Amino acid sequence: MTDQEVNTKMKTEEYFVNMGPQHPAAHGVLRLLLTIDGEIIKNVEPDLGYIHRSIEKMCERDSYQQIVHLTDRMDYLSSHINNEAVCLTVEKGLEIEVSDRVKVIRTIVGELTRLASHQLWWGVMGMDLGALTTYFYAFRDRELINDIFEETCGARLTMNYFVPGGLMYDIHPNFVKRTKEFIAHFRTKLPEYDRLLTGNVIFEKRMKGIGLLTKEDAIAFGATGPVARGSGFASDIRKKDPYSAYNKVDFKEALFTEGDSYARYKVRIMEMWESMSIIEQLIDNIPEGNIKEPTKAVIKLPKGEFYQRVETARGELGVYINSTGTKNPYRVKFRSPGFSNLSVLNHISKGVKIADLVATMASFDFVIPDIDR
Amino acid sequence: MINQENKMKNEDLQNIINGLAENLEFSEEGSEFLNVIVPKESLYNLCSQLKSKSDLDFDYAYCITGMDWGKELGVIYHLESTTLKHKIVVKVMTDDRENPTLDSVWDIWRTAEFHELEVYDFFGVKFNNHPGLRRLFLTPDWDGWPLRKDYVDEANMIVK
Repeated sequence: MTDQEVNTKMKTEEYFVNMGPQHPAAHGVLRLLLTIDGEIIKNVEPDLGYIHRSIEKMCERDSYQQIVHLTDRMDYLSSHINNEAVCLTVEKGLEIEVSDRVKVIRTIVGELTRLASHQLWWGVMGMDLGALTTYFYAFRDRELINDIFEETCGARLTMNYFVPGGLMYDIHPNFVKRTKEFIAHFRTKLPEYDRLLTGNVIFEKRMKGIGLLTKEDAIAFGATGPVARGSGFASDIRKKDPYSAYNKVDFKEALFTEGDSYARYKVRIMEMWESMSIIEQLIDNIPEGNIKEPTKAVIKLPKGEFYQRVETARGELGVYINSTGTKNPYRVKFRSPGFSNLSVLNHISKGVKIADLVATMASFDFVIPDIDR
Repeated sequence: MINQENKMKNEDLQNIINGLAENLEFSEEGSEFLNVIVPKESLYNLCSQLKSKSDLDFDYAYCITGMDWGKELGVIYHLESTTLKHKIVVKVMTDDRENPTLDSVWDIWRTAEFHELEVYDFFGVKFNNHPGLRRLFLTPDWDGWPLRKDYVDEANMIVK
Protein backbone atom coordinates (compact mmCIF):
# COMPACT_ATOMS: atom_id res chain seq x y z
CA MET A 1 0.00 0.00 0.00
CA THR A 2 1.13 3.51 -0.67
CA ASP A 3 1.14 6.12 2.05
CA GLN A 4 -1.97 7.67 0.62
CA GLU A 5 -3.80 4.35 0.73
CA VAL A 6 -2.70 3.79 4.31
CA ASN A 7 -4.09 7.16 5.30
CA THR A 8 -7.44 6.69 3.59
CA LYS A 9 -8.17 2.96 3.90
CA MET A 10 -6.81 2.19 7.33
CA LYS A 11 -8.29 3.64 10.46
CA THR A 12 -7.49 3.51 14.16
CA GLU A 13 -9.86 2.89 17.03
CA GLU A 14 -10.02 4.17 20.56
CA TYR A 15 -9.83 1.64 23.35
CA PHE A 16 -9.38 1.40 27.10
CA VAL A 17 -6.32 0.12 28.90
CA ASN A 18 -5.92 -0.30 32.63
CA MET A 19 -2.67 1.11 33.93
CA GLY A 20 -2.44 -0.31 37.42
CA PRO A 21 -3.51 -0.85 40.17
CA GLN A 22 -0.28 -2.87 40.18
CA HIS A 23 2.01 -0.91 37.91
CA PRO A 24 5.69 -0.45 38.80
CA ALA A 25 5.77 3.16 37.63
CA ALA A 26 2.96 4.18 39.97
CA HIS A 27 4.99 3.18 43.04
CA GLY A 28 1.85 2.00 44.76
CA VAL A 29 -1.68 0.97 44.07
CA LEU A 30 -2.97 3.61 41.69
CA ARG A 31 -5.29 2.63 38.85
CA LEU A 32 -5.41 4.84 35.79
CA LEU A 33 -8.04 4.16 33.18
CA LEU A 34 -6.42 5.19 29.92
CA THR A 35 -8.37 5.93 26.77
CA ILE A 36 -5.87 5.53 23.99
CA ASP A 37 -5.73 5.72 20.24
CA GLY A 38 -2.73 3.67 19.21
CA GLU A 39 -0.03 4.99 21.49
CA ILE A 40 -1.59 8.41 21.96
CA ILE A 41 -3.44 9.14 25.20
CA LYS A 42 -6.89 10.66 24.86
CA ASN A 43 -8.00 10.60 28.47
CA VAL A 44 -6.67 9.58 31.88
CA GLU A 45 -9.20 8.77 34.55
CA PRO A 46 -7.76 7.95 37.98
CA ASP A 47 -9.61 5.38 40.07
CA LEU A 48 -8.55 5.65 43.68
CA GLY A 49 -9.17 4.01 47.00
CA TYR A 50 -7.02 0.87 46.80
CA ILE A 51 -5.16 1.93 49.93
CA HIS A 52 -7.71 4.27 51.49
CA ARG A 53 -7.87 3.83 55.27
CA SER A 54 -10.16 6.75 56.02
CA ILE A 55 -7.65 8.39 58.32
CA GLU A 56 -9.94 11.41 58.62
CA LYS A 57 -12.70 9.27 60.11
CA MET A 58 -10.26 7.48 62.41
CA CYS A 59 -9.10 10.86 63.72
CA GLU A 60 -12.63 11.62 64.92
CA ARG A 61 -12.45 8.83 67.50
CA ASP A 62 -8.80 9.36 68.53
CA SER A 63 -7.09 11.75 70.91
CA TYR A 64 -4.86 14.52 69.58
CA GLN A 65 -1.69 12.64 70.53
CA GLN A 66 -2.89 9.57 68.63
CA ILE A 67 -3.68 11.50 65.46
CA VAL A 68 0.00 12.34 65.02
CA HIS A 69 0.77 8.66 64.56
CA LEU A 70 -1.76 8.25 61.77
CA THR A 71 -0.18 10.97 59.66
CA ASP A 72 3.04 8.99 59.19
CA ARG A 73 1.01 6.66 57.07
CA MET A 74 -0.04 9.31 54.57
CA ASP A 75 3.04 10.54 52.77
CA TYR A 76 5.44 8.13 54.43
CA LEU A 77 8.47 9.83 52.85
CA SER A 78 7.61 13.09 54.62
CA SER A 79 6.52 11.52 57.88
CA HIS A 80 8.35 14.00 60.11
CA ILE A 81 6.79 16.93 58.29
CA ASN A 82 3.29 15.39 58.47
CA ASN A 83 3.73 14.90 62.22
CA GLU A 84 4.86 18.50 62.49
CA ALA A 85 1.74 19.74 60.71
CA VAL A 86 -0.60 18.12 63.23
CA CYS A 87 1.57 19.22 66.19
CA LEU A 88 1.57 22.82 64.96
CA THR A 89 -2.22 22.78 64.54
CA VAL A 90 -2.77 21.43 68.04
CA GLU A 91 -0.25 23.91 69.47
CA LYS A 92 -2.10 26.70 67.66
CA GLY A 93 -5.32 25.59 69.32
CA LEU A 94 -3.73 25.36 72.77
CA GLU A 95 -1.80 28.62 72.20
CA ILE A 96 1.48 26.94 73.14
CA GLU A 97 4.73 28.48 71.96
CA VAL A 98 7.41 25.80 71.74
CA SER A 99 11.01 26.62 72.66
CA ASP A 100 13.57 27.73 70.09
CA ARG A 101 15.36 24.43 70.58
CA VAL A 102 12.29 22.52 69.44
CA LYS A 103 11.78 24.84 66.49
CA VAL A 104 15.37 24.44 65.28
CA ILE A 105 15.39 20.66 65.74
CA ARG A 106 12.09 20.37 63.89
CA THR A 107 13.48 22.41 61.03
CA ILE A 108 16.70 20.39 60.75
CA VAL A 109 14.85 17.08 60.93
CA GLY A 110 12.29 18.34 58.41
CA GLU A 111 14.99 19.28 55.93
CA LEU A 112 16.74 15.92 56.40
CA THR A 113 13.36 14.34 55.59
CA ARG A 114 13.08 16.42 52.44
CA LEU A 115 16.58 15.37 51.41
CA ALA A 116 15.81 11.69 51.98
CA SER A 117 12.56 11.99 50.06
CA HIS A 118 14.16 13.75 47.09
CA GLN A 119 16.98 11.21 47.06
CA LEU A 120 14.49 8.37 46.81
CA TRP A 121 12.58 10.25 44.11
CA TRP A 122 15.78 10.78 42.11
CA GLY A 123 16.62 7.08 42.35
CA VAL A 124 13.24 5.80 41.21
CA MET A 125 12.90 8.51 38.62
CA GLY A 126 15.95 7.17 36.82
CA MET A 127 14.62 3.66 37.31
CA ASP A 128 11.27 4.54 35.74
CA LEU A 129 13.13 5.71 32.65
CA GLY A 130 15.26 2.57 32.53
CA ALA A 131 18.43 3.77 34.27
CA LEU A 132 18.74 1.38 37.20
CA THR A 133 22.09 2.73 38.43
CA THR A 134 20.51 5.85 39.90
CA TYR A 135 18.61 3.71 42.37
CA PHE A 136 21.80 2.42 43.97
CA TYR A 137 23.43 5.86 44.12
CA ALA A 138 20.38 7.33 45.81
CA PHE A 139 19.90 4.55 48.33
CA ARG A 140 23.59 4.62 49.29
CA ASP A 141 23.13 8.24 50.44
CA ARG A 142 19.60 7.91 51.81
CA GLU A 143 20.76 5.14 54.10
CA LEU A 144 22.91 7.64 56.01
CA ILE A 145 19.90 9.85 56.77
CA ASN A 146 17.88 6.84 57.86
CA ASP A 147 20.70 5.89 60.22
CA ILE A 148 20.60 9.36 61.80
CA PHE A 149 16.83 9.08 62.26
CA GLU A 150 17.10 5.57 63.63
CA GLU A 151 19.51 6.73 66.29
CA THR A 152 17.36 9.65 67.39
CA CYS A 153 13.80 8.34 66.95
CA GLY A 154 14.23 4.59 66.87
CA ALA A 155 12.44 4.39 63.54
CA ARG A 156 13.37 4.63 59.89
CA LEU A 157 10.06 5.26 58.21
CA THR A 158 7.15 5.99 60.57
CA MET A 159 8.95 8.36 62.89
CA ASN A 160 6.51 9.70 65.50
CA TYR A 161 9.23 11.94 66.86
CA PHE A 162 7.22 15.15 67.19
CA VAL A 163 4.43 15.38 69.75
CA PRO A 164 2.05 18.26 70.51
CA GLY A 165 4.15 20.59 72.66
CA GLY A 166 7.59 19.60 71.43
CA LEU A 167 9.61 16.45 70.89
CA MET A 168 9.16 12.97 72.28
CA TYR A 169 12.76 13.04 73.54
CA ASP A 170 15.94 15.00 72.96
CA ILE A 171 18.22 14.40 69.99
CA HIS A 172 20.82 11.65 70.29
CA PRO A 173 24.31 12.87 71.39
CA ASN A 174 25.64 11.77 67.99
CA PHE A 175 22.98 13.68 66.01
CA VAL A 176 24.96 16.85 65.35
CA LYS A 177 28.18 15.03 64.48
CA ARG A 178 26.53 12.55 62.13
CA THR A 179 24.40 15.19 60.44
CA LYS A 180 27.51 17.25 59.71
CA GLU A 181 29.29 14.18 58.42
CA PHE A 182 26.35 13.46 56.16
CA ILE A 183 26.23 17.00 54.75
CA ALA A 184 29.98 16.92 54.06
CA HIS A 185 29.52 13.55 52.34
CA PHE A 186 26.48 14.53 50.30
CA ARG A 187 28.03 17.81 49.10
CA THR A 188 30.54 15.67 47.22
CA LYS A 189 27.94 13.14 46.06
CA LEU A 190 25.18 15.41 44.74
CA PRO A 191 27.35 16.54 41.80
CA GLU A 192 27.58 12.83 40.92
CA TYR A 193 23.81 12.84 40.45
CA ASP A 194 24.20 15.58 37.88
CA ARG A 195 27.06 13.80 36.12
CA LEU A 196 25.08 10.57 35.90
CA LEU A 197 21.64 11.79 34.87
CA THR A 198 21.10 15.53 34.48
CA GLY A 199 23.06 16.10 31.31
CA ASN A 200 22.33 12.69 29.78
CA VAL A 201 21.05 13.08 26.21
CA ILE A 202 18.45 10.30 26.44
CA PHE A 203 17.23 11.63 29.76
CA GLU A 204 16.92 15.18 28.48
CA LYS A 205 14.97 14.01 25.42
CA ARG A 206 12.52 12.17 27.63
CA MET A 207 12.06 15.17 29.93
CA LYS A 208 12.36 18.45 28.06
CA GLY A 209 9.10 19.83 26.70
CA ILE A 210 7.12 16.86 28.07
CA GLY A 211 4.19 17.20 30.45
CA LEU A 212 3.81 20.94 30.07
CA LEU A 213 1.94 22.71 32.85
CA THR A 214 1.36 26.45 32.76
CA LYS A 215 1.48 28.64 35.83
CA GLU A 216 -2.24 29.51 35.52
CA ASP A 217 -3.18 25.83 35.41
CA ALA A 218 -0.91 25.02 38.33
CA ILE A 219 -2.76 27.57 40.48
CA ALA A 220 -6.22 26.60 39.21
CA PHE A 221 -5.67 22.89 39.84
CA GLY A 222 -4.10 23.56 43.23
CA ALA A 223 -0.78 21.99 42.26
CA THR A 224 1.89 22.64 44.88
CA GLY A 225 5.43 21.66 45.71
CA PRO A 226 8.04 21.03 43.02
CA VAL A 227 5.25 20.43 40.48
CA ALA A 228 4.01 24.01 40.91
CA ARG A 229 7.46 25.55 41.28
CA GLY A 230 8.56 23.98 38.01
CA SER A 231 5.82 26.10 36.43
CA GLY A 232 6.78 29.32 38.20
CA PHE A 233 4.07 29.27 40.89
CA ALA A 234 5.80 30.45 44.08
CA SER A 235 3.96 28.07 46.35
CA ASP A 236 6.57 27.35 49.02
CA ILE A 237 4.84 27.55 52.42
CA ARG A 238 8.25 27.87 54.07
CA LYS A 239 8.45 31.30 52.40
CA LYS A 240 4.77 32.25 52.30
CA ASP A 241 3.75 31.28 55.83
CA PRO A 242 6.99 30.50 57.68
CA TYR A 243 6.65 28.06 60.55
CA SER A 244 9.19 26.57 63.02
CA ALA A 245 12.59 28.19 62.31
CA TYR A 246 12.19 28.91 58.59
CA ASN A 247 12.00 32.67 59.19
CA LYS A 248 15.50 32.54 60.72
CA VAL A 249 17.29 30.89 57.84
CA ASP A 250 18.33 32.23 54.50
CA PHE A 251 17.35 30.10 51.52
CA LYS A 252 16.18 30.52 47.96
CA GLU A 253 12.85 29.19 46.74
CA ALA A 254 13.58 26.89 43.78
CA LEU A 255 11.61 28.37 40.89
CA PHE A 256 11.72 27.49 37.21
CA THR A 257 9.30 28.69 34.57
CA GLU A 258 9.52 26.09 31.80
CA GLY A 259 6.73 23.94 33.28
CA ASP A 260 8.00 20.66 31.79
CA SER A 261 9.19 17.49 33.50
CA TYR A 262 12.77 18.71 33.29
CA ALA A 263 11.90 21.87 35.25
CA ARG A 264 10.32 19.78 38.01
CA TYR A 265 13.50 17.70 38.06
CA LYS A 266 15.67 20.81 38.39
CA VAL A 267 13.50 22.17 41.22
CA ARG A 268 14.12 19.08 43.33
CA ILE A 269 17.86 19.04 42.64
CA MET A 270 18.05 22.71 43.65
CA GLU A 271 15.95 22.04 46.75
CA MET A 272 18.47 19.44 47.85
CA TRP A 273 21.23 22.07 47.75
CA GLU A 274 19.04 24.54 49.62
CA SER A 275 18.07 21.95 52.27
CA MET A 276 21.74 21.28 52.95
CA SER A 277 22.34 25.01 53.29
CA ILE A 278 19.43 25.36 55.77
CA ILE A 279 20.78 22.51 57.89
CA GLU A 280 24.28 24.01 57.88
CA GLN A 281 22.96 27.36 59.08
CA LEU A 282 21.28 25.74 62.09
CA ILE A 283 23.27 22.67 63.06
CA ASP A 284 26.07 24.44 64.95
CA ASN A 285 23.77 26.68 66.97
CA ILE A 286 20.97 24.52 68.30
CA PRO A 287 19.78 26.64 71.25
CA GLU A 288 19.26 25.25 74.71
CA GLY A 289 15.72 24.97 75.99
CA ASN A 290 12.86 22.70 76.91
CA ILE A 291 12.28 19.83 74.55
CA LYS A 292 8.62 19.70 75.50
CA GLU A 293 6.17 22.24 76.83
CA PRO A 294 3.87 20.70 79.44
CA THR A 295 0.50 19.64 78.11
CA LYS A 296 -2.33 17.88 79.88
CA ALA A 297 -2.41 14.12 79.53
CA VAL A 298 -5.76 14.48 77.77
CA ILE A 299 -5.58 17.39 75.36
CA LYS A 300 -8.82 19.27 74.77
CA LEU A 301 -8.75 21.98 72.12
CA PRO A 302 -11.05 24.96 72.67
CA LYS A 303 -14.14 25.26 70.51
CA GLY A 304 -13.21 26.54 67.07
CA GLU A 305 -11.46 25.83 63.80
CA PHE A 306 -7.71 25.56 63.36
CA TYR A 307 -5.76 25.42 60.14
CA GLN A 308 -2.06 24.93 59.55
CA ARG A 309 -0.14 24.56 56.31
CA VAL A 310 3.33 23.09 55.96
CA GLU A 311 5.58 22.32 53.01
CA THR A 312 6.22 18.59 52.70
CA ALA A 313 8.56 17.14 50.11
CA ARG A 314 5.58 16.93 47.75
CA GLY A 315 3.94 20.27 48.39
CA GLU A 316 1.41 21.91 50.61
CA LEU A 317 -0.09 19.81 53.37
CA GLY A 318 -3.00 21.48 55.13
CA VAL A 319 -4.46 20.27 58.40
CA TYR A 320 -7.95 21.47 59.28
CA ILE A 321 -9.24 20.65 62.75
CA ASN A 322 -12.76 21.51 63.84
CA SER A 323 -13.11 21.18 67.60
CA THR A 324 -16.20 21.29 69.78
CA GLY A 325 -14.11 21.43 72.95
CA THR A 326 -13.95 17.70 73.69
CA LYS A 327 -10.96 15.36 73.75
CA ASN A 328 -11.63 14.23 70.18
CA PRO A 329 -11.77 16.47 67.15
CA TYR A 330 -15.17 16.90 65.54
CA ARG A 331 -13.72 16.85 62.05
CA VAL A 332 -10.19 16.59 60.66
CA LYS A 333 -9.32 17.21 57.04
CA PHE A 334 -5.94 16.62 55.47
CA ARG A 335 -5.39 18.62 52.32
CA SER A 336 -2.76 16.40 50.82
CA PRO A 337 -0.44 17.63 48.08
CA GLY A 338 -0.61 14.37 46.12
CA PHE A 339 -4.38 14.47 45.67
CA SER A 340 -4.36 17.92 44.10
CA ASN A 341 -1.27 17.20 42.03
CA LEU A 342 -2.91 14.06 40.64
CA SER A 343 -5.84 16.11 39.36
CA VAL A 344 -3.47 17.84 36.94
CA LEU A 345 -2.42 14.58 35.31
CA ASN A 346 -5.36 14.19 32.92
CA HIS A 347 -5.08 17.80 31.82
CA ILE A 348 -1.42 17.61 30.79
CA SER A 349 -1.36 14.04 29.45
CA LYS A 350 -3.85 14.43 26.62
CA GLY A 351 -2.13 13.85 23.31
CA VAL A 352 1.13 12.47 24.68
CA LYS A 353 2.45 8.93 24.32
CA ILE A 354 2.10 6.27 27.02
CA ALA A 355 5.84 6.23 27.69
CA ASP A 356 5.73 9.99 28.24
CA LEU A 357 2.96 9.54 30.78
CA VAL A 358 5.29 7.29 32.76
CA ALA A 359 8.04 9.92 32.60
CA THR A 360 5.61 12.66 33.62
CA MET A 361 4.33 10.63 36.55
CA ALA A 362 7.91 10.06 37.66
CA SER A 363 8.47 13.82 37.65
CA PHE A 364 5.31 14.30 39.77
CA ASP A 365 6.69 12.06 42.52
CA PHE A 366 3.40 10.49 43.64
CA VAL A 367 3.10 8.70 46.94
CA ILE A 368 -0.19 6.83 46.72
CA PRO A 369 -1.08 6.66 50.46
CA ASP A 370 -0.83 10.43 50.40
CA ILE A 371 -3.45 10.59 47.64
CA ASP A 372 -5.72 8.00 49.25
CA ARG A 373 -5.20 8.88 52.93
CA MET B 1 8.56 37.83 51.74
CA ILE B 2 4.94 38.81 52.10
CA ASN B 3 4.35 42.52 51.90
CA GLN B 4 2.11 43.18 54.88
CA GLU B 5 0.84 46.46 53.50
CA ASN B 6 -0.56 44.82 50.40
CA LYS B 7 -2.58 42.45 52.52
CA MET B 8 -6.11 43.66 52.83
CA LYS B 9 -7.57 43.76 56.32
CA ASN B 10 -10.52 41.55 57.13
CA GLU B 11 -12.75 44.60 57.58
CA ASP B 12 -11.98 45.86 54.08
CA LEU B 13 -12.55 42.39 52.68
CA GLN B 14 -15.86 42.18 54.46
CA ASN B 15 -16.96 45.55 53.10
CA ILE B 16 -16.23 44.53 49.51
CA ILE B 17 -17.73 41.05 49.78
CA ASN B 18 -20.84 42.24 51.59
CA GLY B 19 -22.03 43.99 48.46
CA LEU B 20 -21.64 40.96 46.24
CA ALA B 21 -24.58 38.88 47.42
CA GLU B 22 -27.47 39.06 49.84
CA ASN B 23 -27.83 37.39 53.23
CA LEU B 24 -24.13 36.79 53.84
CA GLU B 25 -23.06 36.07 57.39
CA PHE B 26 -19.59 37.10 58.52
CA SER B 27 -17.71 35.83 61.53
CA GLU B 28 -14.17 35.79 62.87
CA GLU B 29 -14.93 33.93 66.06
CA GLY B 30 -12.97 30.76 66.71
CA SER B 31 -11.01 31.01 63.47
CA GLU B 32 -7.94 32.83 62.23
CA PHE B 33 -9.63 33.73 58.94
CA LEU B 34 -12.64 35.79 57.96
CA ASN B 35 -15.51 33.32 57.60
CA VAL B 36 -18.36 33.95 55.17
CA ILE B 37 -21.47 31.80 55.31
CA VAL B 38 -23.29 32.04 52.01
CA PRO B 39 -26.83 30.82 51.20
CA LYS B 40 -26.55 27.92 48.80
CA GLU B 41 -28.50 29.75 46.08
CA SER B 42 -25.83 32.48 45.94
CA LEU B 43 -22.79 30.18 46.14
CA TYR B 44 -21.86 30.07 42.47
CA ASN B 45 -22.52 33.75 41.94
CA LEU B 46 -20.42 34.76 44.95
CA CYS B 47 -17.54 32.43 44.10
CA SER B 48 -17.25 33.58 40.52
CA GLN B 49 -17.06 37.19 41.74
CA LEU B 50 -14.49 36.30 44.40
CA LYS B 51 -12.32 34.96 41.61
CA SER B 52 -12.96 37.58 38.93
CA LYS B 53 -13.02 40.87 40.86
CA SER B 54 -9.55 42.39 40.59
CA ASP B 55 -9.47 43.73 44.16
CA LEU B 56 -10.29 40.26 45.54
CA ASP B 57 -8.65 37.91 43.02
CA PHE B 58 -9.10 34.66 44.99
CA ASP B 59 -7.46 32.45 42.37
CA TYR B 60 -6.28 29.58 44.57
CA ALA B 61 -8.64 27.26 46.46
CA TYR B 62 -6.13 25.54 48.69
CA CYS B 63 -8.49 23.39 50.71
CA ILE B 64 -12.02 22.17 50.10
CA THR B 65 -13.54 20.28 53.00
CA GLY B 66 -16.78 18.34 53.23
CA MET B 67 -18.53 18.81 56.52
CA ASP B 68 -21.36 17.30 58.55
CA TRP B 69 -22.45 19.77 61.23
CA GLY B 70 -24.92 17.29 62.68
CA LYS B 71 -28.02 18.86 61.19
CA GLU B 72 -26.61 20.41 58.04
CA LEU B 73 -24.23 19.08 55.44
CA GLY B 74 -21.97 21.39 53.56
CA VAL B 75 -18.63 22.41 52.16
CA ILE B 76 -15.87 24.70 53.46
CA TYR B 77 -13.69 26.48 50.92
CA HIS B 78 -10.33 27.88 52.03
CA LEU B 79 -9.37 30.50 49.47
CA GLU B 80 -6.23 32.51 48.90
CA SER B 81 -5.14 35.15 46.45
CA THR B 82 -1.68 34.38 45.09
CA THR B 83 -1.25 37.99 43.98
CA LEU B 84 -2.81 39.96 46.86
CA LYS B 85 -1.95 37.36 49.54
CA HIS B 86 -5.20 37.58 51.51
CA LYS B 87 -7.24 34.60 52.62
CA ILE B 88 -10.86 33.87 53.32
CA VAL B 89 -13.06 30.94 54.28
CA VAL B 90 -16.40 30.43 52.54
CA LYS B 91 -18.95 28.05 54.02
CA VAL B 92 -22.10 26.74 52.41
CA MET B 93 -24.59 24.35 53.89
CA THR B 94 -27.84 22.57 53.20
CA ASP B 95 -30.21 21.01 55.72
CA ASP B 96 -31.59 18.48 53.26
CA ARG B 97 -29.94 15.23 54.36
CA GLU B 98 -31.96 13.02 52.01
CA ASN B 99 -30.92 14.66 48.79
CA PRO B 100 -28.32 17.37 49.52
CA THR B 101 -27.45 19.34 46.43
CA LEU B 102 -25.07 22.28 45.97
CA ASP B 103 -23.71 24.08 42.95
CA SER B 104 -20.36 22.94 41.64
CA VAL B 105 -17.57 25.51 41.44
CA TRP B 106 -15.27 23.33 39.32
CA ASP B 107 -15.19 25.77 36.41
CA ILE B 108 -14.09 28.58 38.77
CA TRP B 109 -11.33 26.61 40.51
CA ARG B 110 -10.44 23.46 38.57
CA THR B 111 -9.12 21.82 41.72
CA ALA B 112 -12.74 21.65 42.95
CA GLU B 113 -13.51 18.99 40.34
CA PHE B 114 -11.53 16.39 42.33
CA HIS B 115 -12.29 17.71 45.79
CA GLU B 116 -16.03 17.72 45.09
CA LEU B 117 -15.77 14.07 44.08
CA GLU B 118 -14.25 13.39 47.49
CA VAL B 119 -17.05 15.30 49.23
CA TYR B 120 -19.65 13.37 47.21
CA ASP B 121 -17.99 10.07 48.00
CA PHE B 122 -17.90 10.57 51.77
CA PHE B 123 -20.82 12.91 52.49
CA GLY B 124 -23.22 12.24 49.64
CA VAL B 125 -23.48 15.90 48.66
CA LYS B 126 -24.38 16.13 44.97
CA PHE B 127 -23.02 18.94 42.86
CA ASN B 128 -25.01 20.54 40.04
CA ASN B 129 -23.11 20.88 36.76
CA HIS B 130 -20.21 18.71 37.90
CA PRO B 131 -18.60 17.16 34.78
CA GLY B 132 -18.52 13.58 36.08
CA LEU B 133 -19.91 12.89 39.52
CA ARG B 134 -18.95 9.38 40.59
CA ARG B 135 -17.56 7.37 43.46
CA LEU B 136 -13.86 8.18 43.47
CA PHE B 137 -12.47 6.14 46.37
CA LEU B 138 -15.29 3.75 47.18
CA THR B 139 -16.85 1.12 44.94
CA PRO B 140 -19.93 2.21 42.94
CA ASP B 141 -22.23 -0.10 44.96
CA TRP B 142 -21.09 1.16 48.38
CA ASP B 143 -24.01 1.77 50.68
CA GLY B 144 -24.07 5.03 52.64
CA TRP B 145 -21.78 8.01 53.14
CA PRO B 146 -18.99 7.09 55.57
CA LEU B 147 -17.90 10.47 56.92
CA ARG B 148 -21.40 11.50 57.93
CA LYS B 149 -21.88 11.51 61.66
CA ASP B 150 -24.85 9.14 61.53
CA TYR B 151 -23.07 6.51 59.40
CA VAL B 152 -23.09 3.04 60.91
CA ASP B 153 -20.98 0.13 59.75
CA GLU B 154 -20.89 -2.54 62.41
CA ALA B 155 -18.50 -4.79 60.53
CA ASN B 156 -15.67 -2.36 59.74
CA MET B 157 -15.86 0.40 62.32
CA ILE B 158 -14.34 0.15 65.77
CA VAL B 159 -16.30 2.45 68.05
CA LYS B 160 -14.73 3.27 71.38
